Amino acid sequence: MVDNVVELDRVIVRFAGDSGDGMQLVGDRFTNISAIFGNDLATLPDFPAEIRAPAGTVLGVSAFQVHISDHDIVTPGDYANVLVAMNPAALSANLVQIEKGATILVNEDAFDERSLAKAGYGSNPLDDGSLADYTVYRVPMTSLTVAAAKPTGAKPRDAERAKNFFALGLVTWMYSRPVEPTLTYIEQRFASKPQLIEVNTLAFKAGFNFGETAELFGVAYQVKPAAHEPGTYTNITGNIAVAWGLIAASELSGLPLFLGTYPITPASDILHELSNDRNFGVRTLQAEDEIAGVGAALGASFGGQLGVTTTSGPGMDLKAETIGLALQLELPLVVIDVQRGGPSTGLPTKSEQSDLLMAMYGRHGESPLPIVAARSSAHCFFAAIEAARLAVTYRTPVILLTDGYLANGAEPWKLPDVSDLPRIDPGFAEGPNARDGEGNPLFYPYLRDPETLARPWAPPGVAGLEHRIGGLEKADISGNVSYDPDNHEKMVELRAAKVAGIARGIPDLEVDDPGGAAVLVIGWGSTYGSITGAVRRIRARGGSVAQAHLVHMNPFPSNIREVLERYEVVIVPELNSGQLCRMLRAEFGITTVDVNRLQAQPFKVAYLEEKIGPHVFGPESTVSSNGGKR
Amino acid sequence: MTVTASESSVPVTTRKDWASDQEVRWCPGCGDYSILTAVQMLLPELGVRRENTVFISGIGCAARFPYYMSTYGMHSIHGRAPAIATGLALSRPDLDVWVVSGDGDALSIGGNHLIHTMRRNVNLTILLFNNQIYGLTKGQFSPTSELGKITKSTPFGSLDTPFNPVSLALGAEASFVARTHDMDRKHMMETFRRAHDHHGASLVEIYQNCNVFNDGAFEHITGKDVRASMLIPLEHGKPVRFGADGERGVVADGRGGVSIVNVADVGEDALIVHDEHAENPALAFALSRLATGPHSPTPIGVFRDVVRPEYGDQLADQVDAAIAKKGPGDLAALLSSGATWVVE
Repeated sequence: MVDNVVELDRVIVRFAGDSGDGMQLVGDRFTNISAIFGNDLATLPDFPAEIRAPAGTVLGVSAFQVHISDHDIVTPGDYANVLVAMNPAALSANLVQIEKGATILVNEDAFDERSLAKAGYGSNPLDDGSLADYTVYRVPMTSLTVAAAKPTGAKPRDAERAKNFFALGLVTWMYSRPVEPTLTYIEQRFASKPQLIEVNTLAFKAGFNFGETAELFGVAYQVKPAAHEPGTYTNITGNIAVAWGLIAASELSGLPLFLGTYPITPASDILHELSNDRNFGVRTLQAEDEIAGVGAALGASFGGQLGVTTTSGPGMDLKAETIGLALQLELPLVVIDVQRGGPSTGLPTKSEQSDLLMAMYGRHGESPLPIVAARSSAHCFFAAIEAARLAVTYRTPVILLTDGYLANGAEPWKLPDVSDLPRIDPGFAEGPNARDGEGNPLFYPYLRDPETLARPWAPPGVAGLEHRIGGLEKADISGNVSYDPDNHEKMVELRAAKVAGIARGIPDLEVDDPGGAAVLVIGWGSTYGSITGAVRRIRARGGSVAQAHLVHMNPFPSNIREVLERYEVVIVPELNSGQLCRMLRAEFGITTVDVNRLQAQPFKVAYLEEKIGPHVFGPESTVSSNGGKR
Repeated sequence: MTVTASESSVPVTTRKDWASDQEVRWCPGCGDYSILTAVQMLLPELGVRRENTVFISGIGCAARFPYYMSTYGMHSIHGRAPAIATGLALSRPDLDVWVVSGDGDALSIGGNHLIHTMRRNVNLTILLFNNQIYGLTKGQFSPTSELGKITKSTPFGSLDTPFNPVSLALGAEASFVARTHDMDRKHMMETFRRAHDHHGASLVEIYQNCNVFNDGAFEHITGKDVRASMLIPLEHGKPVRFGADGERGVVADGRGGVSIVNVADVGEDALIVHDEHAENPALAFALSRLATGPHSPTPIGVFRDVVRPEYGDQLADQVDAAIAKKGPGDLAALLSSGATWVVE
């Protein structure tokens, strides 16, 4: 019995096991009970592309990292304080992800000779002293789980599978989390299989009780709730936030939502969620390929609906031609690219920011379009609404960039008041907009709104507005096919001016400047958390550094030049080999300091701190607050 | 805001009302002209409205078709018309959506979309202009060109076994499959009418002459003087026979196929009786294999016309069922549908 409870302000727990061990599930559960408990949190699922790589090998290790805290945090944490390792491979693969001195809970039963060999261990790390820098707890999780489940009559092989809940129970005890939410979850999840309810409940309780009664642990910990703003909160991943944002955009515009798509990692959860929301009038089509997915979405847009397609890098390659058609037709279309590591199949389950230039330039011909980038999992909700607003208002395809980290990572989200969300006006053409020489009414499909340069959107079904559009160059105003050289030049300019003019309708770039900073760190997308973390650390050390984060990647906010020119040093951290920095240099003729990583993982805060620090404190001052990158 | 098709009584129209003001720019003598005329003459008879009618095409000579119609229309990208039309038909079941495509567009670059559209049974009327050649790119072989065809890209003869579009459609679970040709306006109009009235995906293969790059490809079977002996009209419920005096006919060959016989040799009772509505497409498929190219007697007309649930109807049913079960969508409720907690 432990009566010694130590309060921590934050803790980073990493669950690691075989792909089949259910680590994503327990990580997700631990996240949810911590969220309900009121902690601030951020998560990083980290799993292989293979559904079940060979069991017990390093290739097949799946991990889930969760950072919980009693204060506002912005990243899933650099290095974990606690590692739960279900087998030797999980231990081997994750030692680089944890801090020196970390606590390691291992499933001792899995450290047999065969498993050690599969993981590449010549000797047992639990015995050979190689883990001397860590506090290691050896817990026979498999056998304790099987023993706990015995009364249910379940076969040992089946009972063993509940060991992930044993591990969850143990960690639940260790961090003084409530048990009720997990018991309720088990009942719901296995509702149709009473025996599994029993087995998993017993395993979970056994893990919890093991912590409490085994005289192994000298101490339990507590992380108090964070002081969040008042309101109702939920825990949300980026993919769900995108799906809900699209439904919101549908409600706000009155346009029925149509999703044409094809399954692809890591975007498929958007399809899964929307397929389940048919009571919002949502129609989803899992098409025969990426091209058909975006084609069907464009067909729905032509029909006057909110046409959306979702994908990741390889799918973007395939959709390029249809996006170009949407651009030429000047019809609304929302294209969501959940970026992953590339090129080619690349790293399907990992995260990267390497599609920005493709979004900008990845089509033939002069083909500018608006680009929006989400900066956190919850922000995906608002970014999806904004992408839809731009698409509908300006009659254009819009690319929304998220990434694998945002898509699968979760954070607490204070639910917005639905009535505060901005309305989107589809502004359909209602009647003829011109007259011919004899005064007869005419409809010109390319007669633009002078303010937005948007053309009329006239879905079929209205008499008098019948018109034909297509991929061939359009004559200005009439929209008829035209090969006229002057007209082509004019149309290229008009399309570009329409997109550039969006800058007038978006907010200025906000700069967080404590005053007197000479250094600006400017980022985009999912690096918001890591950059914010690094900037906070530098400020905590007395450094003055400004931060700005772009949501609108094309066009940029109107004040961006003025912002960039205000600072002596502009640092651009990106998870690619330098894409935003090229856009900034090309457009504004400035020099930038580029910080790039290509490990298909979020930036470690310490790494950014180390890269930014010398520009703030001077070149000698290279020591960061926690020793920098390991 | 949702746009829906207008519903008051349909005004009387003539062919002229369905033609746009754009000058038709196919080569003089092209078979496309007669297909355009057939469609424009048929539409006034269908009881449909211009504003509720949409033509969607891909790329190729045939794909210019929508520009010549005074309806809504889209000239899209190569091969993708069935996919785009699918999105339109599923989201706007109130519209009458036609797809105009060619052999290269539908069967080469767009083959995937064509087969999946048919198996899903989306409510589309697909007109496949088959001239067995690439016209717009000036004379390369197509997926329906005969084996060994000499073209600019196959100076030593093409090595590709051609597709038989009717066989392909039947294999792709199509619920309506027909064939007609550009030399017989009445037959075209009747076939298009049937295809339009079918609820689901309808595919009509139209033998169409390209007088520039593949002139006379079908003249051995569609020429006025040879038609009677070379075209085998398929009529539901009737024995399959042809010839000026109906002297030839089609019988089952006992090995899963069909063959041509002299009626006098076997008697009329031995002929197969055409059944468009047969659930099993085997006999329709056998008929589609009767001719390997437009050089021997070839069946035309409706091969298959069966009732199968239409995709858009089923999708709409799922939406209705979800609303009936969960109530109409409530955004605030959706956002708080996961675990939530309140911070005071």
